Amino acid sequence: MNFDLRIPMGLMFTLAGAILTAFGLATNGNEVLYAKSLGINANLWWGLVLLVFGLTMLSLGRRGQRRLESLPPEPVEKGRRGH
Amino acid sequence: MLHLTAADWLMMLLYVVFVVGIGFALKPAMKTSKDFLQAGRALPAWICGVAFIGASLGAQEAIGMGAAGAKYGLESAQFYGIGAIPAMIFVGIFMMPLYYGSKARSVPEFLRLRFDEKTRALNACTVAAMTVFSSGISMYAMARLMQALHVFDGLFRALDWAPGGIFTFSIVLSAAVVLAYVFPGGLTGAMYNQVLQFFLLIAGFLPMVLLGLRNIGGWSGLKASVGLVDPRLLHEWKGVAHAGANPMGATMGIDAIGLGLGLGLALGASYWCTDFRVIQTAMAAKNVESARRVPLIAAIAKMFLPFLVILPGLLAIGLPTPHTTIVERTENGAIIRTTTVVRPEAEAGIGLVPAKLNPVTGKPMLTAGGEPLLDYDMATPNLLVHFLPTGLLGLGLTALLASLMSGMAANATAFNTVFTYDLYQSHIHKGGSDRHYLAVGRWATVGGILLSIGTAYAAIDFNNIMDTLQLVFSFVNAPLFATFLLGMFWKRATGHGAFSGLIAGTAAAMLHHGLTLPIEARPGIHGGWIAVLHSYPSDIAQSLWTAIFAFSANFIVTVAVSYCTKAKPEAELVGLVHSLTPKPVRAHGAWWKRPEALAVAILLVAVALNILFA
Repeated sequence: MNFDLRIPMGLMFTLAGAILTAFGLATNGNEVLYAKSLGINANLWWGLVLLVFGLTMLSLGRRGQRRLESLPPEPVEKGRRGH
Repeated sequence: MLHLTAADWLMMLLYVVFVVGIGFALKPAMKTSKDFLQAGRALPAWICGVAFIGASLGAQEAIGMGAAGAKYGLESAQFYGIGAIPAMIFVGIFMMPLYYGSKARSVPEFLRLRFDEKTRALNACTVAAMTVFSSGISMYAMARLMQALHVFDGLFRALDWAPGGIFTFSIVLSAAVVLAYVFPGGLTGAMYNQVLQFFLLIAGFLPMVLLGLRNIGGWSGLKASVGLVDPRLLHEWKGVAHAGANPMGATMGIDAIGLGLGLGLALGASYWCTDFRVIQTAMAAKNVESARRVPLIAAIAKMFLPFLVILPGLLAIGLPTPHTTIVERTENGAIIRTTTVVRPEAEAGIGLVPAKLNPVTGKPMLTAGGEPLLDYDMATPNLLVHFLPTGLLGLGLTALLASLMSGMAANATAFNTVFTYDLYQSHIHKGGSDRHYLAVGRWATVGGILLSIGTAYAAIDFNNIMDTLQLVFSFVNAPLFATFLLGMFWKRATGHGAFSGLIAGTAAAMLHHGLTLPIEARPGIHGGWIAVLHSYPSDIAQSLWTAIFAFSANFIVTVAVSYCTKAKPEAELVGLVHSLTPKPVRAHGAWWKRPEALAVAILLVAVALNILFA
């Protein structure tokens, strides 16, 4: 494994969440825009959810990456029969 | 009309940048053909597990399950329950030690190790053809959807391009993105992105489901609204046992035996236990212990997927049907009239599921019973457009596109592996250097995707070609599970037996299809092209029984021919047949980390979910 997948994934969701949150804040109170989503500012709320998800994934990924770099590479599929 | 703003396009752009970026970040690690085609057999179980589900996504899941939810209701969940989950547990616990432990690089190669070269060649050719065509079918469906939703209309107007190019644009865009990460990143790139795409599907679809449920009044509101449309849509199990007493059946009209045997054994198991597109992700795990956990982790994800893909269909059918309204009000003495125009196909439909329009007259098409013919495939996409405001809508549409690419990439990586190892290396050019095979693998990816694009275009001119191809593949696939079952658990099975069994199974499937017909269908593509001896209440019931006949014919012929031919010596079958393979050494971890414990837990939750929604 070359890099911990959670880092780019966390980064993407953090960015997506940040964009949606910012867009939601900028359009807050726009009744025409949010008529579709039953008057709920869905961009803002879902943006915050994605932001939290992305940041969690990112911090888990960072921890995983540090462990990946500190440990010697895991032995890959050796016939571990007997001891 | 769909209006996309900069916020929507930003979401799509963000996705493309990340998937392509992941592909290029992996490029330096692709040094050997094993790195490229088998992900170096070094990935952690959780990535493989999510990729296992991602490999099976596509237009079929994202749109098709929503359509099934709207048409058949909760019974569609049985595709998950009986079709998938027990099969995934079975492949994880019993088959994976043999697949992984045999060191076979592909599913066809396992057949060569266990049986012989001709069985492998037969399987390799069908896998190669199937991946190319199913990817093409998926691309065609998605391009049609992009046209119907008018996703790229605004972009084309802004760039002053002819709107006739939208179909080509959708196909080339999805193919180019997939190629841009599979070509440099290989199977690792495809699988990393399948994980990302799976989470994106949740991020894009979950807000739609939540808003839909809120609008309809929660679970009880959904039950009440859907019950008004058709109460049979609500029960997962009721009526299943009495399909015979009720001629139209409980909407799908399948009896219990057909359901259990067909879905569970022949259809579901053939796919989840033998299809290289999903098995390749488990074969990429870092050790046999992880490989066994892969399908089990996938089963957990699979259990909760119905809430994202079937529920939208039910919501779409349960919501109020939009109608053209004129609201009049007086303001300072002047009469202000607001007209909300709803297109005729939406008005003639049920809920958010539109009716199909006759392209010539523009009138809604009717069934034989006088009901409007519904375009169920639009259920999920319409719900997406109905509830998501701009911004979030971009994320939802990206999720839809991502799920298509996820399946396309699985087809591409299955094709390049089977082509390189099972066709090129064993029949065209033996004994080349590994560098040579790495290059062949890379360019096979390009070739496979180009062929798929060709298939997608062929579908425009020959509408029936897709149905015909899917039918042919169902004939080829239906008997496959019997071959693997006998090969892995019966040491007496021989290569000649397996080969003739596969051919007999396919022949039985064709024969059964040619002799039976679903009610209300004309002989032809739907069956009965030899003679109509029996009628089924629905096409699903027919294909289940086709699968059962194919499975049985394969089983019987393989056993019979095996007894007449010479078996391989037992020493050659170690690691390939269950009874001759040493038991996997128990993991050092706690008991609850063992695959068997995980399997029992999954079964219990699956049963609980079925009781809850019965």
